[in-house]
Order: sequence, then structure tokens, then C-alpha cells
Amino acid sequence: MRKFKYASLPFAAYALIFILAPLLLIVFYSFAGPGGLTLEHYKAFFNFEDPVYLQVLWRSIKVAAVSTLLCLALGYPMAYILSKMRPGLRDTMVFLFVLPMWMNFLLRTYAWMTLLERTGLINSLLGKLGLGPLDLMYTQGAVVLGNVYNFLPFMILPIYNVLVKIDSSVVEAAQDLGANRSVVFRKVIFPLSLPGVISGVSMTFMPAVSTFIISRLLGGGQQALIGDIIENQFKVVGNWGLGSAMSVVLMALILAAMNVARKYEDENAGGNVLL
Amino acid sequence: MISLALALAMLLGLAAGCAGDDGKQTLNVYNWGDYIGEDVIEKFEDQFDCKVNYEMFEQNEDMYTKLKTVKGTYDVVIPSDYMIERMIREDMLAELNLDNIPNLQYISDYCLNRDFDPGNKYSVPYMWGTVGIIYNKTMVESPVDAWADLWDPQYEKNFFMMNSVRDSMGIALLLCGYDMNSRDEAQIEEAKEKLMEQKPLVLAYTGDEVKDKMIAGEAAMAVCYSGDAITMIEQNEDLDYVIPIEGSNLWFDNMCVLKDAPNKELAEQFINFMCSEEIAAENREYINYSTPQSQVLENLPDEIKNDPVQYPDRETLDRCQIYKDLGDMAGKYDEFWTRIIVN
Repeated sequence: MRKFKYASLPFAAYALIFILAPLLLIVFYSFAGPGGLTLEHYKAFFNFEDPVYLQVLWRSIKVAAVSTLLCLALGYPMAYILSKMRPGLRDTMVFLFVLPMWMNFLLRTYAWMTLLERTGLINSLLGKLGLGPLDLMYTQGAVVLGNVYNFLPFMILPIYNVLVKIDSSVVEAAQDLGANRSVVFRKVIFPLSLPGVISGVSMTFMPAVSTFIISRLLGGGQQALIGDIIENQFKVVGNWGLGSAMSVVLMALILAAMNVARKYEDENAGGNVLL
Repeated sequence: MISLALALAMLLGLAAGCAGDDGKQTLNVYNWGDYIGEDVIEKFEDQFDCKVNYEMFEQNEDMYTKLKTVKGTYDVVIPSDYMIERMIREDMLAELNLDNIPNLQYISDYCLNRDFDPGNKYSVPYMWGTVGIIYNKTMVESPVDAWADLWDPQYEKNFFMMNSVRDSMGIALLLCGYDMNSRDEAQIEEAKEKLMEQKPLVLAYTGDEVKDKMIAGEAAMAVCYSGDAITMIEQNEDLDYVIPIEGSNLWFDNMCVLKDAPNKELAEQFINFMCSEEIAAENREYINYSTPQSQVLENLPDEIKNDPVQYPDRETLDRCQIYKDLGDMAGKYDEFWTRIIVN
């Protein structure tokens, strides 16, 4: 790294202007008070006598964790099935999974509204069968559904990418040594796919924990998440200090979670030697 | 090297995008979403040979926050009464040169000279209306006529509240028998408790999307603005709108020029243009709110002129109050509202 590469200059400039500077600004605002630096915004957030914001944070973490687990439960088998398909079909299937992402995220969430409503498609069909109507909209379940639907590709793709690269001779070696299918999966394939699982988990958890539009549209503002409160502080209330402090706490949390994940990945790096 | 060239090209592209096209004058308008006739902007551009940048906001509060952060960007803004009062107090608005707005003569006296801007030194009425309850006649037991109906357990999970501080807090204050503009902390707290108590009954706190929901018959009732009510009733005749007996909010959305507006003169011409008969009629036709333009009102068919939703009688209007700037109590309202949506 002693030789400075001029070609990297634009990237450095980009990172500085569009990533580092906004981050520093957020940190700055979170400490800025009317008369200099202050911890007031953090105190308001970590108010244990009246933990209203902490409760929202906790609710957001729970919703995001449930969404992520569901994504994993759905996404891992899907990625596995994909990786076992013959190459031509496989590419088509991967393409089909990515296809909905070409459509705007907001539009896809709106589409769920027309499906879940009392007068929506699902309830009309149930009505024809003499059932319902079910209250599907404006519940925490609807928010989780929105998260899972929107972020599932972010879980499938990294796992799939790792799974297709697993050397089939490793699997064959395990089989030669007498391992049955379940042992091969538990002792060989799953451990080797862990890096994909970890990056899938962080790629779904991060957007799920900070989302605000899904909870507003599908949750109806009934159970606000931390993203809603941050948006509200910036857009409506105009309290940038508190909004920034919440953002910083959220970022710290995500960073910590990613660090744990990376440590875990490093410890298991031994498996990667085979790749 | 290629990346360097690309980055340069990107920057140049950005810079080029900022320069106006062919040196035409530009006007920056900041208005509510879905709140202008469809061809009006184009007509203004043609007539005054200029380019209009048109941007939209959802609530007075988010417009205000935006204006505080980007200075010298917008020329014309269209906030409501209490926000105009606040912006005048904070010296954000420019005094209008009424000589440039001769069409002001067509604005009805009812809408002029209101407390938030005496003598209309800073603002010219664009639209006015009320806040009320839209309800689906086939889904309620008896005709809805009071805010108290929004606390009736028989409508549990069957109505929408507005995701708006002033409107929701205002309704709760009225229900408690207080002034919608209360600055008494104990009263505001009581109103907050009322909304907390109501929360389990509320289906959702909505914004603009409430129109589609009510037209589809998603719920029995919703709090909404009068103009939106007209749009909804036009598309679903089971719907009706009422200004509750406890009273309600009467509001005016006025056009203002910002103090740091880059193009004040064109801004005034725009305001004048919006007050002309043809354009005011087109705007009214499209957005359905009550027009302050007297020529337009005169030429409306009687069924609209006498429609209690669009042009309520004086007695009903006298029950209504205009929001006032809350000054230093605005923070308390926000704090309580945050607690309600978080809970």
C-alpha cells in the first residue's frame, strides 16, 4: 500500500463526501445543543425511568429478528434447492428471484396493502368460501410479512453464491468416508455455507431493523418502529439532535452485531481453505 | 484513470444539471401533494416563458423543517394558517407587493384579513376547508355527528385517525371541552390521555392513502379534510361527511413568498395567476376544496354552492376554529404525539 494509486482517488473522494461526511454530521448533530456540546439527546433516549424510546428500539429489534429468522428458514432451503438445479434452469430461477427487485420497493409494499385489506384480494377470496374477513392489515404480522417479502432475496443470494461454489469433491469425500446425507449436510455443507448465512442475516436484519415505510404502510402507524420515530424527529418535529442520537445508537448496535458475526466468520475460516 | 474520468464526468453532469435551460427564469413552488390542477403549471410556464420546479410536502411541519434546512431554494410556498403565523413571527416570509397581485380583488372577504395574517400582508388565500368525519352510511348504526363517535367501542378497529399532530390533538382537546389551540399543559396532557385511551380502537393512523381506503370500504369512518371528502364521495356514494357538533377546525391554505426567494417578482405573478378566474376554477375542479375566488364561486352550479360539505352554512362554520401558532408549546404537542404513536 506504499504506492498511492491515483485511480483510487475518485473512490476515496466518493467515500469521503457521500459516506464519511454524512456520518460525521449525524454524530455531530447528536451531540450538538443550543450552547455547545451536550449529552441531552442521549439522556432523552436512555431515560430508564420513562423508557419510551428504548421500548420502541426493543420492539424494532424483535420485529427485525423474527423477520430475519423467517427469511433464513425460507431462504436457506430455497438457496439449497437452487444450487442443486442444472445450470440453465438455475440461472433462470435466480433471475426470477431478482426480477421483483426491479420494481420499486414502495410499489411492492403498496401491492401488499391491496392484498391484505379487508376488501382486498385475500379476504374477497376467503369471503367466497364463506370465511373471514380476517384482519391482516395493520398488525405486527403484516409488518413482518412486508419485511420478509422485501428482504428475502438478500438472504437467498449470498447463501446461494456460497453453496454453488462448494467443491463437489468435498461432498464426495465425505460420502466415501461413510457419511449419510444428513451427516454430509450437517458436518460439511452447512458449515461451509456459514459465511453466506452470516452475510444473508446481516443484509436482511439491517434494513429490517431500520425500516420505516413498511411499518407505516402495513402497520398503520399503530406500532411505530425506531425508523418511524427517527423519520418523525427529522421530518415533522424538527428535533435533529434526538433523531441523530437515535440513529447513532442504531448504527452502533448494527456495527456491534456485524463485528460479532465477523469474529464468528473468522473463527470458522478454517473451513474456507478448502474452497 | 477511467474511474477518474468517470467521476469527473459525473461531477460535470451534476453541475450542468444545476444550470437553468437556455437562461429561462425559474420559479420554485412548494405545495401540498395532489393540490393543483393538472395543467396549471404548464400553462404558467407557457404564459410567462419560464421553468417551474414543483415540489410537494405532506404536512405543514415537514414543509417547515425543510425550509429551515434549505435556504434560498423556494419562491412560493402554500402553508396553512397557523404555520403562516409562525413563519411571519420567525421572519421567514416576504411582504407582498399587492400591486403585482391585482386579482386579490376577486378573493372573497370571508377569507381575507384573518388573525394569522391581518391585512394579508404576507399571504393570499388559495383554498379553504374544514376537518371532519367521513363515514360509510352502510357501515354505521346511526348517522355520525360527533367526535365522541371515534371513541365508541362499537367501532373498534373500524376507523382511521389522521397521522397529524394538530388535527389529532385538536380533536381530543375539543372532546375534553377545551380550546383546539390550548396552551395549558394540564389540558394538553388530558387530551393525550384521551388519545391513548382511543388507540386500541383505531384501525390505523393514515395520511393521503385514506382516500383509497374509504372509497374501497375498508372502514366505517375516517378523520379527513373536506376537499378529500368530496373526492371520496364522488367515487363512493355510500360515503358522507360531517362537521362534528363539538366543533372543528376551519383552515386556510394561503400562498406566500419566502423572504429569501430567488425570484420574488415571478412568485407574485404566479400568485396572481393562481387567483385568476380560469386557473382558480381549474384548481377547484381538480382538487375539490372550497375556493376563495368569488367569480369561480358565483359560477358554480347551485348543487355545489349549497353543498354542506364544500360550502357549509355560517352556523356550522362559526362552530369551527382556526389553528393558532402554539409558540413554545408546539414542542409539548410533538412530544405527546410521539408518545401516542410509540405506545
